[in-house]
Amino acid sequence: MTDIPMSSEAQPRGNSLLSQDARTRKRNATEKRFRMYGVIAIGIAMAALVILLTSIVSDGAGAFRQSYLSIPVALDAETLDPNGNRDPAEMSKVLTLSYGKVLDKAVETAVADSGIAIEGLTSTDTSNLISKEASAQLRNHVLADPEQVGQTVDFNVLVNGRVDGYFKRRVSMESAARDANTSPQQLQLADALKEQGKLVTRFNWNFITNPDASDQRPEAAGVGVAIIGSAYMMLVVLFLAVPIGVAASIYLEEFAPQNRWTDLIEVNISNLAAVPSIVFGILGLAAFINFVGLPQSAPIVGGLVLTLMTLPTIIISTRAALKSVPPSIRDAALGVGASKMQSIFHHVLPLAMPGILTGTIIGLAQALGETAPLLLIGMVAFVREFPAAPPEGLWDPASALPVQVYNWTQRADPAFIERASGAIIVLLIFLFCMNLLAIFLRRRFERRW
Amino acid sequence: MYDINRAESAVTQQDIKISASKVQVYYGDKHAIKDVDVEILDKTVTAFIGPSGCGKSTFLRCINRMNDTIPIARIEGKILLDGEDVYDRRVDPVQLRAKVGMVFQKPNPFPKSIYDNVAYGPRIHGLSRNKAELDEIVEKSLRGAALWNEVKDRLHEPGTGLSGGQQQRLCIARAVATAPEVLLMDEPCSALDPIATSQVEELIDQLRENFSVVIVTHSMQQAARVSQKTAFFHLGNLVEYGNTDDIFTNPQDSRTESYISGRIG
Amino acid sequence: MPLSWALLVSLALAVAGYIIGRSRAFASAGTDIRKLHSRPGYHGASVALTTLTPAIVVLMLASVLRMAKVFPPEATGFAGLLALAASVAGLGWGVTRINTDFRARNVVEKIVQGFLIFCSSIAILTTAGIVLSLIFETGHFFQKYSWTEFFFGLNWTPRFQGNSSLGILPLLWGTLYISFIALLVAVPIGMFAAIYMSEYASKRVRGIAKPAIEILAGIPTIVYGLFALITVGPMLRDYFAQPLGLGSSGSSVLTAGLVMGIMLIPFVSSLSDDIINAVPQSMRDGALGLGSTPSETIKQVVLPAALPGVVGAVLLAASRAIGETMIVVLGAGAAARLGLNPFEAMTTITVKIVSQLTGDNDFAAPETLVAFALGLTLFVITLGLNVVALYIVRKYREQYE
Repeated sequence: MTDIPMSSEAQPRGNSLLSQDARTRKRNATEKRFRMYGVIAIGIAMAALVILLTSIVSDGAGAFRQSYLSIPVALDAETLDPNGNRDPAEMSKVLTLSYGKVLDKAVETAVADSGIAIEGLTSTDTSNLISKEASAQLRNHVLADPEQVGQTVDFNVLVNGRVDGYFKRRVSMESAARDANTSPQQLQLADALKEQGKLVTRFNWNFITNPDASDQRPEAAGVGVAIIGSAYMMLVVLFLAVPIGVAASIYLEEFAPQNRWTDLIEVNISNLAAVPSIVFGILGLAAFINFVGLPQSAPIVGGLVLTLMTLPTIIISTRAALKSVPPSIRDAALGVGASKMQSIFHHVLPLAMPGILTGTIIGLAQALGETAPLLLIGMVAFVREFPAAPPEGLWDPASALPVQVYNWTQRADPAFIERASGAIIVLLIFLFCMNLLAIFLRRRFERRW
Repeated sequence: MYDINRAESAVTQQDIKISASKVQVYYGDKHAIKDVDVEILDKTVTAFIGPSGCGKSTFLRCINRMNDTIPIARIEGKILLDGEDVYDRRVDPVQLRAKVGMVFQKPNPFPKSIYDNVAYGPRIHGLSRNKAELDEIVEKSLRGAALWNEVKDRLHEPGTGLSGGQQQRLCIARAVATAPEVLLMDEPCSALDPIATSQVEELIDQLRENFSVVIVTHSMQQAARVSQKTAFFHLGNLVEYGNTDDIFTNPQDSRTESYISGRIG
Repeated sequence: MPLSWALLVSLALAVAGYIIGRSRAFASAGTDIRKLHSRPGYHGASVALTTLTPAIVVLMLASVLRMAKVFPPEATGFAGLLALAASVAGLGWGVTRINTDFRARNVVEKIVQGFLIFCSSIAILTTAGIVLSLIFETGHFFQKYSWTEFFFGLNWTPRFQGNSSLGILPLLWGTLYISFIALLVAVPIGMFAAIYMSEYASKRVRGIAKPAIEILAGIPTIVYGLFALITVGPMLRDYFAQPLGLGSSGSSVLTAGLVMGIMLIPFVSSLSDDIINAVPQSMRDGALGLGSTPSETIKQVVLPAALPGVVGAVLLAASRAIGETMIVVLGAGAAARLGLNPFEAMTTITVKIVSQLTGDNDFAAPETLVAFALGLTLFVITLGLNVVALYIVRKYREQYE
C-alpha cells in the first residue's frame, strides 16, 4: 500500500504551494469567468429594473403637470342665468354649450388684448386653444358659487392636449403641420401667450381627482374613479380574504387531521396559487356575472375575483407565520388547562400576527396590481360617474387603476400614453407604500425564538 | 513511492510536516483560537482533544483554509506546510486543499455513483491521463480505504446507498484518491456505530504509513487508541501537546488532568 | 332586500342572545361562578351562535336557490321570514340550555371549528367553480363548433357574421414561442443571479441586489406590458427589425418574450435560491475539502444534486409564462400566425381570451364561447405543469429534510 495513489510521472502538481501550476491557473480562469457570469446576470436584472422605472417615470411625469390659460372670464348673466335668481337648481338647466360660448369670447378677448399678431392664425385656432372639457369645468365652478355670475373672474382654463403636449415636447411644429387638430400658428400663439405669462404650466391635481375623459380630451383625463374603484375592491378583499384566509390557515395548520381530504385541500391551494390570473377572470364572468347575476364593472365582482386569487397567497403566508410559533407556546397554554382553541386564539394567533399582517399586505399589493381578470368582468367600460359611498357603491360601475392604464394604451391619441404612465406612477406609489408598511411591520415586530 | 517531493527531503519518519506558530482565529468579535503553536509530524497520527467548543475543529479547518468559506472568520499567525506559509497571498487554496485532504464529521458522499465519488478529486486535479489510469486510482483508493471488497461489484450504484460506516470510508477513499500529503479528519466517527467506528479506526492506523493524519475527536479512548501524538485544547488555548502515552498517563497541566479524568468536559 | 334585513335582525337577536345567555349563566351560578362548567362569556356566545347559525344557513340556502332560479324572486320575503323564525327558535333553544353543567365552551368551539373547516373548503369550491364554469361553457362551444377543427385547425379568423375558423394551433404556437424566449432569458439570468448571490456575493452586494430583484417581482404585469409597448417594442423595431429587414411591427414575439423574461427573473431566481440552499453545506464542504474551486463545486456537486428542484422551478416558470396575459396583450400583437420570425407579431391564447370576452358578449355565439374552450385548454396545460412541478419540488425537498 505504499504506492497508493499513483506513479510519480502522473503527478502534475507543482512542488511549491507558492506558484500555481498551469492546470490551477486554467481552473482559476474558469472560476473567474463563472463569477463574471453571475455579475453579468445581476447587472442585467438591475439594469432592467432601472430602465423600466426610468422609462415609466420619464413618460409619466408629464401627466402631473398641465398647462392652463389663466385669463379673466366675463360671466355673462344674460347667458348663464337668464332668470336672474342665482338659483343653482334653475341655473343647472343651462347647458355646457352656453359656457363654451362664454369661454370662447373670453379667449378671443384675451388674445386680442395681448396684441399678439400671427400670420395665418384662424379663429378656429384661437378657440381650439382651450380644451373641450374647459366649459364643463367652468360650469361646475359657477354652479358651486352662483354669486359670481355677472362678474369677471380669473379662471384657469384647461388647454387643449396638443398645445399641452407641445410644452411637454410631445408635439412639434412639424407634427402640428400634419395634424388636423392643431396647427403651427396655434402653437406660435401658445408660445406668445406663455411669454406674457397668460399660459402657465402647473402641478396637475386634476389628474388624481378627475374621472376618465373621452378620446378627444386626454388633457382632462384623470384616475379619480379608478382610484376609488381600486380602493373599493381592496376593501372587499380585506373584509373577505383576510378572515377566510386566516380561518383556513388555522384549521389546516392546527386542527386538520392527516387525511385525504386535508391533502386534497393542500394540493388545491398550492395549485390555485399557480393558476393563471385570467382563468379567475373567466370564473368571475361565468359565476358571478352570468350565474349569480351581479352587475358588470362593479367593484364587488372585482373584489370577489381578487379575493379568490389572493386567498392562496394569504393562506400560504399565514401558515408560515403560524408554523414559526414554537410548539412550546402551545404546550404551555395546554399545560395550564386551556382548550386547544383557547391556546390558539389567546397565544399562538397574537404571536403570529406580524407575519400574518405582512403576508396580507403583500397579497393585497398583488391584488391591487392585477389586471387581466378585471378586463373580463367589464371593468374596461368607460366610467365617468364616481361610485356612491360603500356599501351601495360597491355595486356601482367603476374602473380600477391597472385597468385604466390598459384602457388608455388602447386609445389613439399618444397623449394617453403619458396618462397611462402617470397612472402607473400612482399605482407604483401605492404599492411602494404598502410594501414599506410590510417591511416596517416585519422589522418592528420581528421575533426570534 | 507515493510522493517524490517529500522523498528527497525525508530523513527520518519523524520530520515536521506542519508547523503552526502564534495562530489566532477570530469569529467576528469572538476570539476562538488564542496563540496556538504546534508542530505536527509526518507519518504520524495526531489527535486533537478537548471539550466541545474548545476550538479544536476550528484549528483543524485553518490548516487547509476551509475557514475561508466563512466570511466572518479572521486568521492571524503562521501555519507552515513543508516550510511554506499556507496563508501566503500567493497560495491558491485550491492547490492547498489538494495537498491537505479532509474528512468530515458526517459522511457526505456526493449524490453520484461510488466510482464517480472517488474519481471526483483525480478528475478535477487532472491526476489521470486516461480511463485505465483513473480506474486504477479508484481501485487503489478504495482498497486503501478497506472498502474495495464490499463495493467492487456495484461501483456504479449511488454512494448515498451505502451504510453509514461504508459512506465514511468512501469519503476517506475520496480524500485519499486526490493524493494528499496530509489528511485532516474532523470527528470522523461521531456519526457511526461502534462496529463502523472500529473499522474506520483500523483504517486510520493504516493510513499513517503514507500520510500525516490529524484527527479531531471528542472521545479520549479513540485518541488513545489511534494516535501517537495528542494535543489538548481548552477554551481556544492549546494547553498541552505531547506523546499520547504521556498525555494520558502523566499530564503536566492540571486542566488536562481534569479533562482526562472526567472532571471537566 | 328582505334577505339582508333578515340578516340584520338576526344579528341584533344574536347580540341580545349573548347578553341574555351571559346573565342567565351568572344567575344560575348564584354567588359562586366557579360552579359553572364554562365561563359566562362562553354561555353568551353559545346562545348568540345558536341564534345566528340557523338564520345564516337558511339565508344561504335561499340565495343559492334564487341564483339557480329554482324559486321566483317574490318568494324571497318568505325566505327572510323563515330565516327570522329559525333564529328566534335558535335563541329560545339556546337560552333554555343554560345551566351550571352546560358545556358552553365545547359547543362554541365546535361551531367555530365548523366555520374554520368551511373556510378551508373554499379553495376546493374555487377550483370546482373554475372547472365547472369552464367545462359547462366549453360544452356549449363544442355543440356549435367541431372539436377537431378547434384542436387541429391551422387558422384563427373569427368573424362577427359567423362562419369563423377557430383553430387553436396558431395561438398555441405563439404562446409556446413567446414562453420559450421568456425562459431563454429568465432561466440563465435568474439561475446565475441566484448562484452569485448565495455563493459569492459579499453582504453589501447582496444587500443591494436582493431587494432590487424583489422589487422586480413586486411590479404588476401591466407595468411590464406598458414597458413592452412604449419602450422595448419601438426599440427592437427601430434598431433591429427594420435595419435587418425582418419586420416593421413594434409588437412582436421578441418584445413580449424579452419583457416576460425580465418579469420571470425574480421568480426563477428566488426558486433557485431556495433549491440551491436546500443542498446541505456538508456536500459543499466535501467538494471544497477535496480542492475543487467554488464554481466546480456548484457545477459538479450542487447543481446535479439540485437538478430535480431546478427542473421543477423551470416548469413553474413555464406555467407562469404560458398563463401571463398583460405583457402579451400589450407586447405581442393580435395577429394569429404560424411563423418563425421572432420580429413578427403573433398572438397567444390569453390575448384571444381577452379579445373575445371584452366588449359586448353574445353568449350564444361560438366566437364568444371559444374563449371558454381556450381557457379550459390553458387551465389544463398550466395545471399539468404545476402538478408535475410541485410534485418534483416536494419530492426534492423531502430528500434533504
